[in-house]
Amino acid sequence: MTVDADVRDLYQQVILDHNRNPRNFGPLAGADRTVEGFNPLCGDHYTVYLRFEGDRVAEVRFTGAGCAISKASASVMTDALRGRTRDEAAQLFDLFQKLITGKADPGEHLEELGKLAAFSGVSEFPARVKCAGLAWHTMHAALRPDGETTVSTE
Amino acid sequence: MTAVPLTTRAAAAAPLDVGRIRREFPILARTIHDRPLVYLDNAATTQKPQAVIDAIVRYYREENANIHRGVHHLSEAATAAYEESRARIARFAGAAAPEGVVFVRGATEAINLVAHSYLRPRLQKGGRILLSAMEHHSNIVPWQLVAEERGAGVSVIPMNDRGELLLEEYERLLDGPVAMVGLVHVSNALGTVNPVAEMTRMAHARGIPVLVDGAQAVPHMSVDVRTLGCDFYVFSAHKMYGPTGVGALIAPPSLLESMPPYQGGGDMIRSVTFERTTFAGVPARFEAGTPNIAGGIAFGEAVRWLEGIGVENVRAHEEDLLRHASEVLEGVPGLRVIGTAREKAAVMSFVMEEIHPHDIGTILDREGIAVRTGHHCAQPVMQRFGVPATARASFGVYNTREEIDVLARGLRTVREVMG
Repeated sequence: MTVDADVRDLYQQVILDHNRNPRNFGPLAGADRTVEGFNPLCGDHYTVYLRFEGDRVAEVRFTGAGCAISKASASVMTDALRGRTRDEAAQLFDLFQKLITGKADPGEHLEELGKLAAFSGVSEFPARVKCAGLAWHTMHAALRPDGETTVSTE
Repeated sequence: MTAVPLTTRAAAAAPLDVGRIRREFPILARTIHDRPLVYLDNAATTQKPQAVIDAIVRYYREENANIHRGVHHLSEAATAAYEESRARIARFAGAAAPEGVVFVRGATEAINLVAHSYLRPRLQKGGRILLSAMEHHSNIVPWQLVAEERGAGVSVIPMNDRGELLLEEYERLLDGPVAMVGLVHVSNALGTVNPVAEMTRMAHARGIPVLVDGAQAVPHMSVDVRTLGCDFYVFSAHKMYGPTGVGALIAPPSLLESMPPYQGGGDMIRSVTFERTTFAGVPARFEAGTPNIAGGIAFGEAVRWLEGIGVENVRAHEEDLLRHASEVLEGVPGLRVIGTAREKAAVMSFVMEEIHPHDIGTILDREGIAVRTGHHCAQPVMQRFGVPATARASFGVYNTREEIDVLARGLRTVREVMG
């Protein structure tokens, strides 16, 4: 059976690799912000930990469980965020949302996206957009010192 | 239900002309992502045969009028069709009389109705509602809402690793202050067929009433509520080849008579003044407002259609599919079936090593295969088996062995994609 091209595009090597070996996985002692994110419809849940130095993200880790898309997205996100200011992290959040909903052409943002470009295939799978966005929405809430401590996709 | 050996049961049933049946379902001719649709999500909702679709269209084109109201021809015709449907559903389920069939939106509303109108006035502080560990959320949450309000609680009948209820534990729990038992006839997540007749007898021996959720049972096996003996039996039309938005609550009319209304409105009253309203008899008392008339009529048509094929023939066909699926899926590397009860309906819930069910669902979808992935509105079942979710293939009358082979090939593709 030949594998569907969109499926190949969705499950790129970067995603499979981060799903199998998630980076920055595990709790972070001394986190400034700890936020939980849930998708109540499918049961995926992640906790994102952020530690800041001044305005910059010094450390970011995550725990939790879910599908390959949500876990790989969380993992790649943690790699991408370190060293960014709150504003830069929020901008990256916006760009990633546009990418997975098909509103941004990855070709025009290759440099900013880096490995995040691997998630461009998600836009062909509307049911999976929430999977890819879960950890990001959680992180987005964690950027604000007074933000929520739990986030739900519904 | 008496257990008949599989071979006898299969031999007694006529083999189905599945090709002919499939042609009655227009949607089965569709392609999905350029592949033939393989629809294996029947426990979520079944597809609809042309006869049911025609019944809806015919009502709106030729008979549309409100029921139980007008003296004009159309209203009388619509009322007659709606009430004929009720009588057919009563015969189908073995109800004592058509008055023992309340039309509701579905099994969920039926359970809410019983929790609110029957149990709530009777439930004492400290009382327990006894539910099985494999209930759908629809047979958990309505009871919790009432229990919380009355200072009562929910107790759970445990199950073994196959997904079979532990009857000794059930017996022990029945000796507590149990006000009501709620049981699923066939588990949507595991496929387990529960011995509800025996469990009802055990509860009745202690004077405890029983509600059975038959949503997953009626499409797959003959059900006779008088043989089962339960007080309330509920099911939805859309899981038995009928339309969405309509279902039935079956109960003895005398029991319904003892219950106050669930919702107020038109069609459920005898007389209304601003000082006082007297309520209609049953089942009208529980059917406030203009109902889903087209749906009710099409529900009856779905029953007629299913009876035309013969529910026992459906059962034999699905047992063959289940046997085939069990054999074929066992050969898929790393696949584990969740729910291996000895009495089981045609539902295969499974997980694959290191692959999340949602990824399975997405990849299968691109092969044209529709399966359900997630917790199946039965989170306690997932917790019991220590999995976050499962993938579930559930079969219906129009499914074939070949489609199961397509599923098995699809699962090998999943393995290949996920590495």
